[in-house]
Formats: sequence, structure tokens, C-alpha cells
Amino acid sequence: MKLDRRGFIKFFTGAGAGLMLSPLPWKLTDDISIWTQNWPWTPVPPEGKVTYAHTACTLCPGGCGITVRKVEDRAIKIEGREDHPVNRGGICILGLAGLQLLYGPSRIKSPLKRTGNRGSGRWEKISWEEGISELSSKLSELRRNGEAHTAACILGSDRGTTGHLFSRFFTAYGSPNVIRTPSIQDTYEITLALMHGVEGGTIAYDLERADFIISFSSGLVEGWGSPVRTIMTNSLWKGDPSKQRARVVQVETRLSNTAAKADEWLPIRPGTDAALAMGLAHVIITKGIYDKRFVNKFCFGFEDWTDKSGKTHMGFKRLALEQYSPQRVSDITGISASKIVALGQAFAKATHPLAVCGRGKGSTAGSVYEFMAIHALNALVGNINRRGGVFQLRESDITQWPTVKKDAIAVRCGKMPRIDGAGTDQYPLARHLLNRFPEVINTGKGYPIKVLLVHDANPIYTMPDSKAVEEAFSRIPFIVSFSSYMDETAKYADLILPNHTYLERWEDVPTPIGIPTPVLSLARPVVKPQFDTRHVGDVLITLARTLGGTIAESFKWDDYETLLKDTMGNRWNALKDKGFLEDRTYGEASSAPTFSTSSGKFEFYATRLSRTGIKIKNDIECLPHYEPISPMGDSSTYPLILIPYESIRIADGAIGNPPFLTKTLEDTVLRKDDLFVEINPRTAMKYGFSELQYAMIRTPRGKIKVRLHLYDGIMPGILAMPKGLGHSAYDRFIKGKGVNFNTVMASAEEPVSGLDATWGIRAKLERV
Amino acid sequence: MKEAYKETTRYGMVIDLDKCTGCGTCMVACMAENNISFKEDETNKLDSITWMRVYKITNGRPYPNTEICYIPRPCMHCEGSHGHPAPCVSVCPATATDQDPKTGIVSQIYTRCFGCRYCMAACPYHARYFNWWDPVWPGEMEKYLNPDVSPRMRGVVEKCSFCHHRLQRAKNKAYLEGRREIREDEYIPACAQACPANAITFGDLNNPEHKVYKLKKSPYAFRLLERLGTNPKVYYLSRKGWVRRAADN
Repeated sequence: MKLDRRGFIKFFTGAGAGLMLSPLPWKLTDDISIWTQNWPWTPVPPEGKVTYAHTACTLCPGGCGITVRKVEDRAIKIEGREDHPVNRGGICILGLAGLQLLYGPSRIKSPLKRTGNRGSGRWEKISWEEGISELSSKLSELRRNGEAHTAACILGSDRGTTGHLFSRFFTAYGSPNVIRTPSIQDTYEITLALMHGVEGGTIAYDLERADFIISFSSGLVEGWGSPVRTIMTNSLWKGDPSKQRARVVQVETRLSNTAAKADEWLPIRPGTDAALAMGLAHVIITKGIYDKRFVNKFCFGFEDWTDKSGKTHMGFKRLALEQYSPQRVSDITGISASKIVALGQAFAKATHPLAVCGRGKGSTAGSVYEFMAIHALNALVGNINRRGGVFQLRESDITQWPTVKKDAIAVRCGKMPRIDGAGTDQYPLARHLLNRFPEVINTGKGYPIKVLLVHDANPIYTMPDSKAVEEAFSRIPFIVSFSSYMDETAKYADLILPNHTYLERWEDVPTPIGIPTPVLSLARPVVKPQFDTRHVGDVLITLARTLGGTIAESFKWDDYETLLKDTMGNRWNALKDKGFLEDRTYGEASSAPTFSTSSGKFEFYATRLSRTGIKIKNDIECLPHYEPISPMGDSSTYPLILIPYESIRIADGAIGNPPFLTKTLEDTVLRKDDLFVEINPRTAMKYGFSELQYAMIRTPRGKIKVRLHLYDGIMPGILAMPKGLGHSAYDRFIKGKGVNFNTVMASAEEPVSGLDATWGIRAKLERV
Repeated sequence: MKEAYKETTRYGMVIDLDKCTGCGTCMVACMAENNISFKEDETNKLDSITWMRVYKITNGRPYPNTEICYIPRPCMHCEGSHGHPAPCVSVCPATATDQDPKTGIVSQIYTRCFGCRYCMAACPYHARYFNWWDPVWPGEMEKYLNPDVSPRMRGVVEKCSFCHHRLQRAKNKAYLEGRREIREDEYIPACAQACPANAITFGDLNNPEHKVYKLKKSPYAFRLLERLGTNPKVYYLSRKGWVRRAADN
């Protein structure tokens, strides 16, 4: 057949038309569009049986109940537990991101032994038997040399069975050095011990039923106390838009979210909260509007008093009247005298007024005198241990364990003074002073620490003055971390014995700080351990058994789960079924306040202080008062003051910020890896800086390169920097983002308590 | 109980800005529920996928009279007006986004979308996001992906769906129990469920028995950019005049 030109065109036209009429091109186009979107690396999550598991969240001390949605054995999502008394279905941003921690790349997958230089990140995988025997041989060696006290341990919290188990281990072993990470709990404990005579107690605020709240720099919606509960309460205060249930005044240097949500923001010079509290007391006393019945009947040291030797002592009333006139307080705090008078009157005249203390999220201790001054306001209006007021909670004694058996070494070494000085003649009030630890180690004032165990804490990152902290750690020859994640301290350790994460382990969760009704919750494994990790409680039990002798005799439990079951006793079944136990009667019944001080009353004048052996020069030192804690640095070299601020969107404790949280940060907090520091536009103009500009901030402790964000919500002369960024460990989603505030921060010790009472550091701005 | 299926259901949200503390829980609740991916650097907010985003605004006054307010912004699920649909729906050449006449929810069908991004240009609320990269879940994180929501691939637009899969789940449950209607509390999006401040209320704006019905009639209620005629189904409440004025309507 001959194909001519006409035939050729006909053939192709026909073929083209035929093809177009066929479904082929449409099918192909469709296939292409599906194919371009069907990359095999876009995961297709497998379907399966859906279940829900109740447990408790332990990412912060908030103690919320959570429900984990599971598909087969995968945990899919964390939600707030509807019937849990602490959070009633709510959940916070960190709690929601918990699965990123469980499945994240920072997990430590097996016991590790360091092979390279410290912090180099070179590890050798070892077995659990090797890991535990390595640690036990180090610990036995110390005991053989009679220096058991040179072993120490840093804990996130000493509450709950795990905390008690560490204390028990060290008691049996022979070291007094179980040190808890600082928090407002330290200050609450001392305040209660001095004013209420309660040991190891905690302060709880009945925020829900108060109707006039003055918050002294407490970040009520920033993650203070039990975060979900306080945020819920904040909404409760607002009521529906037509009626308001409570009035909130936020006293704070920076316009935080709490200040923004409050009915009134009172900007105050940083660190002068105690002066304002005393000024308010002055107003309340002058106007005679304090609760006279309560003060006369239940308080000691309000009026001047005479001791047995006939010496007259100054009372709280005279101190407040003589030294804290509104004008003087105004000069200290920068708040106008008329405002102080009005606030004092409004506070005392409210039905359920409440003064709340504990700076920010409560992750720094603060000054005892400041807490006393604020707490004294609550006594003045008589709202101690009553509806809408402050409750003293005694830690319920969960551990009715057999007495620890001690051999000669344990007895002798256990009697050594603590390395941090807590409970010694110099610092008789404090139980834990981790803030003193780096200095004591670096100056060699105490005995050396030879083995350090770190659980549920990341001191290298969270403690102020990072350089000094790292130096102190470099002097400790053997560091063991129980962390589940490769945090800064784990990275610097010699041996890592990784704990299960909170979603893989049993743990009792005691009443969260600040909650007036005791709630005991239970965290339980909702997924099986993802890696070769072990419960730290089991590790301690095995370790005790390996060490033998009286230590093994003190740890007769088979494993942690048995121990937990034994400890809970007859509450175990109910706790296991329900997930929490609540004591609703608490707080309602205690109509008459009971105080355990030597006077049997609430003590404005802390008589205990004069009995502790602390040198008391005058009466003021036993009374709540304003004692300036000057930030480090001189004002001529460093004209500005750098303060930290805390955001609920940044986990700034031992846990690194999960990627979801970092994603929620505004681009005026973090941009690429640059951190933004807030500065008032007027201050910026004074020093010739503009929005987004790079600057060097220099403090007596170091310098950091940051960018500036001009923010009207900050007092002129102040720089504010977010806490919780600038990690040097973890994975690429956490590491290297921004700067760690602690690298330029220094701690400042309050003389009477030894606690870190600092709130900022002097700084200057330089061009880069 | 009414047996007839209501044709006029209009799901919507009322967000109380006076209660919102800017904690960002809604954003993470959304990310966790809807398999939203994340990158190493999420500080460029133009390519950072956040179906729910919390904006921070200030009253612009100098210290100490400064005030701030947070505005959570999901997709507004615009109803449109004068016979015109939502701005994104009318511009989509692929019919990848559409409004469900039965619920008012504006959908997004990822497999239909070919990434022209007209809808992103049309949306006055910046509620739509483009996948510039393939999603990667580091470590073992693929394990937490929710099978109810398909992970998106590079090259498509995505946005808030009012957790439409939760509506499906609630409907399935109701069907199995022989009900035609679902109760108010049976279907709420992840953000409303998670909000610790209880600032987000969700329900049928057309149903007088639902909470949102009453709340949207509050004198303090307003919507964002109302004058554009987008007719959003997300309402806000604030007693502060400057906040209402900032919504530009």
C-alpha cells in the first residue's frame, strides 16, 4: 500500500481523533496527577482498633489527668481527662506535644557509656548488667574508702515514691546529698515553717473562690502552679461577658500574658514586690480595715511584744507603719502612692481577697522575706485556711516503709554536712540548696563530690551561670544520668541509664503545687517501652541488691511496681481502677486555722528564726520586710537590667521544647536561630537601636548576640529575654535555637535562707 | 428528638478573646490531631503550616498603657453572601475546595488540588497553607500519625477542616445507634476540646439550642473583616472596644 500525503494526514488525524475519543488521555492525566502526589515516602498511617488509656502527665508538677488515644499499640493523641479533678478535661500545650517526646529523635535507646571526651557525644552501647555493675562498682569503691558521702544526687522533685526511693537509697548508702532542683516549693516550705510552724508543707491557693487577687509577679496563665487549672480559673474569674466574678491585679515589670489578662497591670521595678506588699499592709493597718478578729485571736507578733526576759520586740504593725509609708514604697517600687492606697483599700474590703506569690512559672526559689511579706497580707485579711483563701497543705506521708537499715559507714557518712550547706548551722532553714552547689564544688570549700546521679533534672541547662555549672560538673569524676532524652546533662555524663518516659512507666503523682484539695494520681504505661530503657525505680532496687549488705536489706521489693502497690496499700485498687484519688473534704472542714508554731498562732514575728542559730541583729530580721537583692554588676558599666520571662509555649525546665511548641513561637521571639530580646521603644531610641536590629548584650557573666524587639509592654531600662531556648543538646529540632538565658545569668543568695533570690542581672547593649 | 435531618446546619465557632490567654494549646491540638508536619525551622511564618494560628495584637499605646490581645484564627469557613460562595471556593479551578451545603464546612480535597494557590491569594485571613516540601517525621514520630487524617504531600494546599473527620466519627456513631442527629457535644474540633481556658465554643450556629447560637448574638460578638462580605462562621467575643475595632469591620 502506498502512503501518499493525503493518506498520511488522514491517518494521523483519524488516529488523533480516535485517541481523544478514547478514555486513554484522561486516564493518563488522572494517573499522572495521582502519581505525582503518591510518593511512597508520604506515610499512610495504618488503621486499627481504637482504644483510650487514662494516665497522669508528669511533664511538669501540674499533675493533670490525661487520656491517650491509641490505634493498636501506637499512641496517637493526648487529650485532657474529662473527669480528672485537677484539669477537668483541659490540657496544656506541652502535655499535648508529649508524643513528640515519646517518639522523638532525642530518645536514648539503650544504656550508654562514654567513649570520647565529655560532651563529645561519642558513646558505646552497653547492656543493663554492664551499666548497673559499672555504677555499683564505683559506689562500692567510695564505701570501701569510707567516703560514701561524696556521692550525690540531683532530683527534679523529692516528692512521690521515686523521690523517696532516691532518699532511701542514699540514706542506706550513707550520703546526705540528695538535692532537689530549686522551685517556689523551697520558699513556700520555709515561709510555712516560719509563719505557720508547718514542716515540709506547701501553700495552696483557693483561686477559684477568691474574688480579689493580687498576683505578685506570678505567671498565673504562664504555667504557674498547675497550668491548666490556673488558666481555667482565669476564665472562671471572667465569667460570662456580662458579669465578672473576680478582680485580678497583676504586679509585674513586664506585660506578660497574665498581666494582659488581669483587670489591671501594675508595672513595678523588678525585685521590689516585697516593698509593695509592706506598703499595702501599711495602708490596711492605717485605715484599720484588717481582720481584727483573726489578727487578735490567731496571730502573734502583730503588735509589739515583750519576751520572757522583759525585752520589748517590734511587731509587724509598727514596722509597716514606720517604714512603709505609701510615699516611701512609691519611691522604691515606682508605683504611685495614690495607687498603693487605693489598692490596699480595695484588697482589704473584698470578700475573699488573696495575695499570691511565686515569680513566673515558679521555677526559681525567690526571697523568703518577700514571700513572708506577701503572705502577711493574707493573714491581715484573715483568709488563712478558709474559703477563697490560702491553705497550708501537709505532705501526706505516703511512704510507710520499713525503717532503713544502716551499717557503720552509712551512719558515719550520713552524718556529714550536706555539700550544699542546707540544714547546716549556716543555712538551717533550707532543705535543698542546689544553687550553692556549683560554687561549693568550684571553690573546693566542701569535700569533693566523686559520683553524681541525676534524675528528672537537667542542671547544666537550667541552672544560672552555665559556665560555672559546667566547671563544677567537670570536677566530678563520675556522672550518671537517668534521663530518657539526650539533654545537656546526659550529654555530659559518663554513664546513661535511660528511664522509661512518663507514658511508659508506673509512677504516683502527688498533689500538684497550689491545689487546695489533695489529689493523688497514677501514671501508668500506656504504650510498651519503645526502646531498651528501664524504670529508674527498678534500677535503684537492682543497684541496692548488687551493693548488698544493709543496702540490699533496705530494698526488699521485687520491683518498682510491687513497691508502688505496697506503698499505696489499701488505696492501690481504687487508684488503679480510677487513676486518681481525691480528698474533697479537705479545706471545707478546717474552719478554725491551726498553727504549729511555738506560740500556736500565725507568726508575723517568726520566733523560730531566733532559735535556729542564725545571727539575728534586730527584730526586722524576724519580720516580713523588703530586703533589696541587688542584681550583679554596677550601674555605671551596666546601665540596663536584663530579666528573664517565661512563656507557656516554651518548656524551660528539664524537658526540651518539643518541635510543635517551637512552631507556635511568634517571629518576634525566634527568627531562624536568632533570639529576640524585648526592649521598650524609648530605651531602644536612647541607645540608637531599632526593631529587628542585631545587638550584643553584655552582663558580668558573659555576652550574647541577639536581635531586638521593640515592645511597649516592658518598662524602660529593662531588657527581657525568654527562658527555655538555646539548647546545646537534644536533636536538630531543639538544639541551637536562640540563646540560653542562664549563660549570662548569675544567682544571688538570700543570706537568711541561702535560696537563690535573684530576679535579673545588670546588662548593657553593644553594637555588633 | 427531631428525626428529620436538618438541611440548615451551619457549624461555627465563637471564641471568647477575653478568656483566651494566648497559650497556644489550640495550635498544638490542631497539629497533633491533623498530622500537621513541621520542619527544622518554622520561624518563617509564610511557609509555616498552622491551620490554627494565634495572632498577637496590641492596642499600639506606649508604656504603661499598652494592652495585648490574642486572636486564634482557624479557617473562617466563610458562608459567602449574595449568592457568592467563600472566596477560596469561587476561585478553585480544580473544585478541590467546596462548601458542604449540609454543614457549611469548607472542605479541602488534597488529591484534587494541583497547587495553583489561587485560594491562598483569595483568602483574606491567610488561613490556607501550601506544602512546599514533603513532610518528614523524624525519629519514630510516624507512629503518632492519626489514621483519620491523611498526611499531605508536597504541592498541595491545606487548611483547617473544623476536624471534619470528627464529624464523620460522630455521624457513624449516631448511625450505629439508630440516630439521625448528633448531639452538640458529640462533635467538636480538637482545638475547642483542648482549650484550657474554655474560650472556644463550637456548635450549630442555626440551632437555637446550641451555645454558639446565643453567644453570637452577644453585643460583644464580632467577626474578622466583616465588611468584605465573606460572612465567616467564626465569631469572636471581646468586651474591649479596641479589640473589636482592630477586627476592621
